[in-house]
Amino acid sequence: MTLTRRFVLGTTAALALAPAAALAQDGPIKIGEINHYKRMAAFAEPYKAGIELALGEINGEGGVLGRELEFVFRDDQGDPAEAVKIAEELMTREGTVMLTGTILSHVGLALSSFAAEKGYLYLAAEPLADSLVWKSGNPNTFRLRASTWVQAAMLAEKAAETDAVKYATIAPNYAYGQDAVEAFKENLKRLKPEVEFVAEQWPALFNIDAGAEVQAIERAKPDAIYNVTFGTDLAKFVRDGGDRGLFDGRDVYGLLTGEPEYLDPLGADAPEGWYVTGYPWYGFEEGTPAAEFVNAYMESTGESPKIGSLVGYLTAQSIAAAIEEAGSTETEALIGAFEGLTIEDTPIGELHYRELDNQSNMGAYVGTIAVEDGQGVMVDWEYKEPSPYMPSDEEITEMRPAE
Amino acid sequence: MAFFFAQFLTGLANAAALFLVASGLSLIFGVTRIVNFAHGSFYMLGAFIGVTLMEILPGHVGFWGSILLTGLAVGLIGALVEMVVLRPIYRAPELFQLVATFGVILVIQDLALMVWGAEDRLGPRAPGLRGIWRIFGEPVLKYDIVLIAITPVILFALWYLISRTRLGVLVRAATQDREMVGALGVNQAWLFTGVFALGSALAGLGGALQLPKGGADLLMDFNIIGAVFVVVVIGGMGSLPGAFIASVIISVLNVFGVTYLPQSTLVLMFVVMAVVLIIRPYGLLGREEVAGEHGQVGAPETPIRPYPPAGQIAVAAFLGLLALLPLFADQFVLILMIDMVVFALFAASLHFILGSGGMVSFGHAAFFGGGAYAAALLVFHFDTPMELAFLFAPLAAGILALAIGWFCIRLTGVYFAMLTLAFSQLVWSLAYQWRDVTRGDDGLVNIWPAEWLSGTVPYYYFTLILGVGGIIFLRHVIHAPFGYALRAGRDSPRQAEATGIDVKRVQFGAFALAGAMAGLAGGIFVFSKGSVFPTELEIAASFDALIVVFLGGVKTLAGGVVGAGFMTLVEDWLTRLEYWRLLLGLVIIAVVIIAPEGIVGSFRTLWARIRHKEDAA
Repeated sequence: MTLTRRFVLGTTAALALAPAAALAQDGPIKIGEINHYKRMAAFAEPYKAGIELALGEINGEGGVLGRELEFVFRDDQGDPAEAVKIAEELMTREGTVMLTGTILSHVGLALSSFAAEKGYLYLAAEPLADSLVWKSGNPNTFRLRASTWVQAAMLAEKAAETDAVKYATIAPNYAYGQDAVEAFKENLKRLKPEVEFVAEQWPALFNIDAGAEVQAIERAKPDAIYNVTFGTDLAKFVRDGGDRGLFDGRDVYGLLTGEPEYLDPLGADAPEGWYVTGYPWYGFEEGTPAAEFVNAYMESTGESPKIGSLVGYLTAQSIAAAIEEAGSTETEALIGAFEGLTIEDTPIGELHYRELDNQSNMGAYVGTIAVEDGQGVMVDWEYKEPSPYMPSDEEITEMRPAE
Repeated sequence: MAFFFAQFLTGLANAAALFLVASGLSLIFGVTRIVNFAHGSFYMLGAFIGVTLMEILPGHVGFWGSILLTGLAVGLIGALVEMVVLRPIYRAPELFQLVATFGVILVIQDLALMVWGAEDRLGPRAPGLRGIWRIFGEPVLKYDIVLIAITPVILFALWYLISRTRLGVLVRAATQDREMVGALGVNQAWLFTGVFALGSALAGLGGALQLPKGGADLLMDFNIIGAVFVVVVIGGMGSLPGAFIASVIISVLNVFGVTYLPQSTLVLMFVVMAVVLIIRPYGLLGREEVAGEHGQVGAPETPIRPYPPAGQIAVAAFLGLLALLPLFADQFVLILMIDMVVFALFAASLHFILGSGGMVSFGHAAFFGGGAYAAALLVFHFDTPMELAFLFAPLAAGILALAIGWFCIRLTGVYFAMLTLAFSQLVWSLAYQWRDVTRGDDGLVNIWPAEWLSGTVPYYYFTLILGVGGIIFLRHVIHAPFGYALRAGRDSPRQAEATGIDVKRVQFGAFALAGAMAGLAGGIFVFSKGSVFPTELEIAASFDALIVVFLGGVKTLAGGVVGAGFMTLVEDWLTRLEYWRLLLGLVIIAVVIIAPEGIVGSFRTLWARIRHKEDAA
C-alpha cells in the first residue's frame, strides 16, 4: 500500500513538472454528473455553468493529479430508475470515478442507496432532504448544500424573536414541503412554546390554486405566515396574496424565496419585507472571494449567477480537492479523502465535510426582501454557518443507521 | 356567508381558463375522435406567445389584442400539426393517434425551451384591472370578475357557432356520423383541420387569458392536461355544455377543498371523476358510445395462429442468444437488458388486455408500481426475505386489479380508460401522501435482492426466466380458449354473449391477470433498482407502456414486446443528446406516419405483400 501511495505521489510530482505532456498521456479523470437537464432546465443550466467555470479554472492550472478533470453530463428525465441505470453505465462503461448530481431529493436518495449497495461514491450537491445524510445516510454519500432542517431553523430563530403567536403555513404537498413545515414547527415550538399553528395549506406542487389558498389563510387570521412554495406556485401566491392584502401587517418567512432562481422571475412583484433564505450575489463587497466568483461567473457566461451556479462551482471544487487529497481515483481512497475534507479558498470561505455525517459546512444567506429598480433583492443579509442549527452530534449518530 | 360567496367567485374565475381549454379538447374529440394529449402544449404555447406579444403591444388595446392574436396564432399552429401529423393516420387503429400527439408534446417542449429559454415568465397585469373590489366586504380580484364575465360570452359564441351556422351543422353531423358526412360530399379533411384549429385556438386563448394570474413556464402543459381530461370526461366527451358544467363543478369544489380539506389538493378531482363515472358511465351530458363507432377502421384483423416452425426456431435462437449474453457482453448491456425485459413484460401485460381484450387502460402503472410497492413495503417494514416479498408483488397487484377492475369493467372505450386513470391516480396519491407507511416521494430505498441474486449476472438470469416466462405465458393464454373468449367479447359482445360467454367475467379475469403480470414486472424492477418512488405510479408511467404497445402494433401479438425493446434502445441512445426530446418526438411521429399499423403490424403487411407478389409471379 505504502509502495503504491509513494509511487502515485512520485508520479504526481513528476507529472506536475510537465502537465502538458501528462494530459496527453493519461486521458482525463471523468466524473459522472446525472441531472434533470430538461425537466428542471431553469435550475440545471446555471448549475452546469458553475461546474464548467470551475473546470476551466482547475484544468487551466494543470488539472488534478496532473490529469484533466472532465464531467460527463447525462439527463435522467427526473426519473430515479433512469438515474440508477445511467449511474451504472457511467461507472462500469464510461470509466467515471465517482457520481454527483441531481436536484430532486428522491432521485438523490435513489442514487445514494445505489452507491452504497455497489460501493461507489456519490456527492449529492443540490438535494435538500435531511434524510440523505441522516435517516437514510450511508458512508458512500456526501452532501454539499445546507439541508431543509437547517434553513428552516434559521427562519424559525428569527420568527421566535417577534410577538407573533398564531402562524399559518403554506407548502407544496410533497416530501420537501412537509419536511420544511415540520422542521419550522419543531424549531419554533422549541424556542417559543406558546406559538400555535392555525392553518396548514398544502397546494399541489406547481398546481397551486392561489386564490383559494390565500382566502383560506386569511380566514384563519394568523399573525405570521411561513411560506415554502417556490417557482410558479410562489409567483401566483405572491401576486394573489399581495392583491388581496394577505401580507399587510404580517411577518412572512420564506424558505428559499430569496434565491435568484425564484426571486428573479417575480420582477417588481417580489414580496417586500419577507424574511427569506437566498443568495444575494449583488451584495458582496468587492475583493471578497464571494464577489470574485460572481465576477468570474458573469464574465464567462454573461449572466448573473443563481444559487445553482454557486453549488455547481463548489461541487467541482470539492471533487478536485478530494481527488488531490486522495492521490488516486480509487473509490476507497476518495471516500477517505472526502471524510473531513477541508478546502481553503472557496467563494463561501473554508469549505469542510464533516466526518460525523458526511455533510458539508456550507451555510445559507438570510435577509429581507426589498424591491430596487423593479427587481427583488435581499437586504440586511448575513451568511450563517449551519452548525448551530443542527441537531446534536449524539442525535445525528442516533439517526444514522449502523455505520 | 360573504366568505362563501367570495370563495364561489374564486372558483368561477378558475373555471374560465379551464373551460376554454376543455371545450377545445371536447370539440376535437367529438368530431375527430382523437384523444389529443398535446392539448396542454397548445395551452402552454398560448401562454408563451401571449407574454411575448404583450411585451410588444402596449396598453388596453395591446393587452386584449394580444390575447386575440394569440388565439389566432395557436389555431394556425394547431392546423399545421393536424395537417402534417394527424391527417396521414386517421385510418390507423383506434386511439392510435394519441401516440402521435404524445410525440407532438415532446417536440413542442423542446422548441419552447429553445425559443423562450428555461426561466419562468411572469404574466403582465391586465391594464386597469390590478387590485380588488370589495363584495360584501370580502376582497375579490378585479381580473377574476372580468374572467367570470368572459366565460359565458365564449360559451354563447361557441353555442351560436355550433347550433346556428353551417359549419356548426357540419360539425354536429360529423360528431354523430362522420362517414355519412363524407358520403354527402363534405370535405372531411378540411372539416377536421378546421375543428382542430378551433380547438387549439381555444386552448391558446385559455393560456393567454390566465397570464395576469400566473405566467408561462415549461411545465404547464403537463400540469393542466390532467384537469382538462377530468373536466371533459365528467362533462361527457364531446359535450360543450357538459364541459362548462364540469369546469365549474371541479373549480368550485377545489376552492372549498383547499379551505376545508387542505390535504386533498392532489386527488379531489380524480375522486369526483371516479364517483361521476361509477354513477353515470358516460359523464354528465355524454351519450353512450356505439361499439365500433370510432376507430374500427381498416381491414379486419387476421386470425391469430402460433408461429410457423421457422418463426419458432428464430425465437428460440434469439432466446438462446440472450441466455449466452453474459459470456461476451459487458455489465451495462446486462443492466440494459434487465430494464428491457421488465418493460417488455409490463408492456405485454397491457397489450394483453388492450390488444386481445379491447380494453384501453390509462392506469396500468398502478399494477406495475403497486407490485413494486407491495414487495418494497414488506422488505422495508418487516425485513421480509426477498424471495417471499417478491412473490407478494404479483399477488398484491392481482388483488388490486380485482378491486379496480370490479368498478371499471362495466365501462367501455374512453370512459373505461379514464376510470382506470382515476383509480391509478388514487393509488399514486396513496403512495405519495401516506408518508408514515410509504415515506411519500422520499420513496422506499435499500430494497436489494437476496445474497445469491445480488450479482448482475444471476439477476439477469432471474429476470430472463421470469420475464420471458411471463411473456410466453401471456401468449399462451391468448391461444387458449380463454383468449378466444376474450377476443370474441372484444369483436362482438352480443354474439359472444349469445354463444354463452360471460363477456364481463372474461374481461374481469383478463384484467386481473394483466394486473398480476404487471405486478410481476414491478417486483423484478424494484429489486433491480434497489428503490421505488411514486414516479412509478404516475400517469406518465402508464403512458410509456401505452405508447410502446401502439408503436409495436396493437393488432399483433408481439407488438408490446417489440415496441418496448425499440423504445428502450431509442431512449437510451437519444437521451445522450442535447435536444433528445425533440428527436424522440420526431422519431415517434415518424414511426406513426410510416408504420400506422405499428412496427410489427407494418412488417407483417410488408411481408404479406412480398409473399403475394411471389405467388403471383
